[in-house]
Amino acid sequence: MSDLTRRTAAQLVDALATGEVTSVELTQAHLDRIAAVDGTADAGIHAFLHVDAEGALAQAAASDERRAAGRVAHALDGVPIAVKDVLTTTGLPTTCGSKILEGWVPPYDATVVARVKAAGLPILGKTNMDEFAMGSSTEHSAYGPTRNPWDLDRIPGGSGGGSAAAVASFQAPLALGTDTGGSIRQPGAVTGTVGVKPTYGGVSRYGLVALANSLDQVGPVTRTVLDSALLHELVGGHDPLDSTSIDRPVGGLVEAARQGATGDLTGLKVGIISELAGDGWQPGVMTRFAESVALLEQAGAEVVEVSCPSFVHAMAAYYLILPAEASSNLAKFDAMRYGLRVLPEGVDAPSAEQVMRASRDVGFGDEVKRRIIIGTYALSSGYYDAYYGQAQKVRTLISRDFAAAYEKVDVLVSPTAPTTAFRLGEKLDDPLAMYLNDLATIPANLAGVPGISVPAGLADEDGLPVGFQVLAPALADDRVYRVGAALEALLEEKWGGALLTQAPELDGAAR
Amino acid sequence: MSTTELKTFEEALESFDPAMGLEVHVELSTLTKMFCGCPTEFGAEPNTQVCPTCLGLPGAMPAVNAKAVEAAIRIGLALNCEIAEWCRFARKNYFYPDMPKNFQTSQYDEPIAFEGYMDVTVPVEGGEDEIVRVAIERAHMEEDTGKSLHVGGATGRIHGADHSLVDYNRAGIPLIEIVTKPITGMGEKAPAVARAYVAQLRELIIALGVSDARMDQGSIRADVNLSLAPKGAGGLGTRSETKNVNSLRSVERAVRYEMQRHAALLSSGGSVLQETRHWHEDTGITTSGREKSDAEDYRYFPEPDLVPVAPSREWVEELRATLPENPTVKRARLQAEWGFSDLEMRDTVGAGAFGLVEQTIAAGATPTAARKWWLSELARRANEAGVEITALAVTPAEVAAVQGLVDAGTINDKMARQVFDGLLAGEGTPEEIVASRGLALVSDDGALGAAVDNAIAANPDVAQKIRDGKVAAAGALIGSVMKEMRGQADAGRVRELILEKLA
Repeated sequence: MSDLTRRTAAQLVDALATGEVTSVELTQAHLDRIAAVDGTADAGIHAFLHVDAEGALAQAAASDERRAAGRVAHALDGVPIAVKDVLTTTGLPTTCGSKILEGWVPPYDATVVARVKAAGLPILGKTNMDEFAMGSSTEHSAYGPTRNPWDLDRIPGGSGGGSAAAVASFQAPLALGTDTGGSIRQPGAVTGTVGVKPTYGGVSRYGLVALANSLDQVGPVTRTVLDSALLHELVGGHDPLDSTSIDRPVGGLVEAARQGATGDLTGLKVGIISELAGDGWQPGVMTRFAESVALLEQAGAEVVEVSCPSFVHAMAAYYLILPAEASSNLAKFDAMRYGLRVLPEGVDAPSAEQVMRASRDVGFGDEVKRRIIIGTYALSSGYYDAYYGQAQKVRTLISRDFAAAYEKVDVLVSPTAPTTAFRLGEKLDDPLAMYLNDLATIPANLAGVPGISVPAGLADEDGLPVGFQVLAPALADDRVYRVGAALEALLEEKWGGALLTQAPELDGAAR
Repeated sequence: MSTTELKTFEEALESFDPAMGLEVHVELSTLTKMFCGCPTEFGAEPNTQVCPTCLGLPGAMPAVNAKAVEAAIRIGLALNCEIAEWCRFARKNYFYPDMPKNFQTSQYDEPIAFEGYMDVTVPVEGGEDEIVRVAIERAHMEEDTGKSLHVGGATGRIHGADHSLVDYNRAGIPLIEIVTKPITGMGEKAPAVARAYVAQLRELIIALGVSDARMDQGSIRADVNLSLAPKGAGGLGTRSETKNVNSLRSVERAVRYEMQRHAALLSSGGSVLQETRHWHEDTGITTSGREKSDAEDYRYFPEPDLVPVAPSREWVEELRATLPENPTVKRARLQAEWGFSDLEMRDTVGAGAFGLVEQTIAAGATPTAARKWWLSELARRANEAGVEITALAVTPAEVAAVQGLVDAGTINDKMARQVFDGLLAGEGTPEEIVASRGLALVSDDGALGAAVDNAIAANPDVAQKIRDGKVAAAGALIGSVMKEMRGQADAGRVRELILEKLA
């Protein structure tokens, strides 16, 4: 494996600046790594649904030309990136992991993609995901699962398993993900990478194929906290095309990460969420969590326990709001204008309605159909108040719990996920068990607050990565970077290097 | 149901009280669409005014057009409505190929404007105009759908068509839907009230400058809800909803027709089906449309991609200050200024020519002349062409110019009609048409004088009567002169010459 793929994005920024490497060289190094380890749906990591070697190299060459001419577009100019397949990209297929969008090439770029392109980051390709971001394992991709670089028999988390696995297996230094109930943070936890869900409205959603509009947020997927901050500052900020985006500049995140890396948290108040522990939480996860909390205390933070009593209802509310919004969002996939079109069998001159029905039947997977049915039911007249209306009330209660907690503490912490990566297929037939994996990540989406997952070590019983989650009040994204970077620095000092250096070598995995 | 099975209008009124609800959709004339920057111009090549947002492409998001919100508030204020301090858009979910997202972004239980009224001037046959207060339930913002074109069938409807085409240029055009509360107690006046309401609402919209409100182009469309209750029983019966009634006359006819149809059903012990009905302009009847409509569950919920609209009270008051004069007040004021009788005024309004007459007068014509041209000549031509009078290719300024030519003696009324022919045919300005068609009157006294002399010589008896002071007899000589001049003479000047010569 080339040394170049082992470096962090911040290190690559320096290497490019000093002229040690060119963007073409390091883009090629990552493309070589993809060819060596990513494999196919049947073997290897399978993080990518589409690799754009030609496009990435052309963007890299353009970046090198800019640099030679002294016109660098951005600090990250020339550093390659992978993009979750739920974000629209001109010239590259965007499938959302669904058959119904097979082969669809969007005529426009998502705002975050446009910003990445304008900054000169070569796009390596589009990463695998659960169909329409519905899932916690990437097994619901219509194009086959992604495998966890720590153990190829295990799931890489979801829905953004592709982006997390690509970064964890050194196929990309940076990736973009989306987080509706934990789809950035939970894959980060189970692959030993860093993932951030920004404050709702902090990053434009224009061009993000919506799962649940009121919960979705685009965020960075990286191997270090600093890299996430760099990428977050690049893609964040107001976008007139997204009316829910916040009209104020994003900033101070890189600075917060650098400050946190000094390991000094004197004066910081940290709250442990009492409700996010107990039965069903893997002992190895809780052990690593407790160690990390102890490190924060050693760094000068004051740690207290905080109760958020409404969090026990978060899962129920989430699984009403999400399907309700999704059922409406997914109505547009009707075979009339784009995507898969299936003609019903045995019908001579099918009506538009019959074509819609046949196409949606073939084009959507079971999990998607399950949620469309739940959402349609929850919004139906006579049920709306009991389901969608109640869920919105729970949402308000959760926001109040957060507000009350943040009167006492600066940040809240919990394990990111209750368990380490489970085996492929293990929970496929048990949707509820699958849903429980997002228990700790969902409240942040319901309340719109930012959260980060950073690697906290390996669980004793299975040797698999554990994630540590830090949550902060809305618009205080800098706090999760500060605390995340501090913990990262303290843990790496303890480990003698990054957690991912302990991951198995994957050479030959693609075969 | 064939027309022979209808009750007569009088029979319907004997046994039933009608209740109406009118829903009027107004397409705003904003430069861009409701939720994206696409242009709204009418008549462009299909599917050329579209973008990811109005095509409903995956990932695209809406952003509210502030000008549309402004127009909605102004309409609300002009209808004496409350303006919401905070309101949201909602998704109305249903599948249809001309709906890009398979939901329409509309407003549901939080309309931008609500609880208003309009005082409608209703003409009463052989009596004084009557003012009826129509209560407005709400006015809300929404987006239009695309337009389906069903090809291969006989009627242009989906049944019998072998394929359909969809034009999404219209998808996302801002609409304001104005809904009345049930209008009851109108009895025989119901059809006239419906018409007068839509006509006056249309005038108001035009006066606000928020839409061109062309019924023939669908930029203002009326849906007529009608139900009958047994006479004196109170309450509301089962309603039918007649969609897209696209002329003022049809609004009146549709109410009348549905009253007669409902009455026939109810009188024979049957019941009215709650359904959508199509209005047929040519035959003047309604037929059953989509059966589901009201039975359908639209699964409304607040649009999560849009933030709430919260117009500040200061802004609302600023907009209130921009409202034009109330049309009812304005009409009374101008009627007095112009010296029109109630009947003349009613005819002017009824022909949809109120604004045209006003602008023609403003362009310099006398009120009498402006009314004469629009109500006789131009109304007839609009009728013949089957278009709204406002859709004629003649402007108020041109009408004033034509009258100016008549006043100057350049042409007479008969020639003026030919000038209108030329204007409608796009032959240029009135002056150009007079020149190109050779319409100028002969004002050369030499030529006229010779013709007058000839007429006097040919009619000595008449000439003697005039010499004896019977000036009225001059008409016969004028006719004779005009004949000789083949109409190209100013009759006023001819009269003067005759009287001079016979003084």
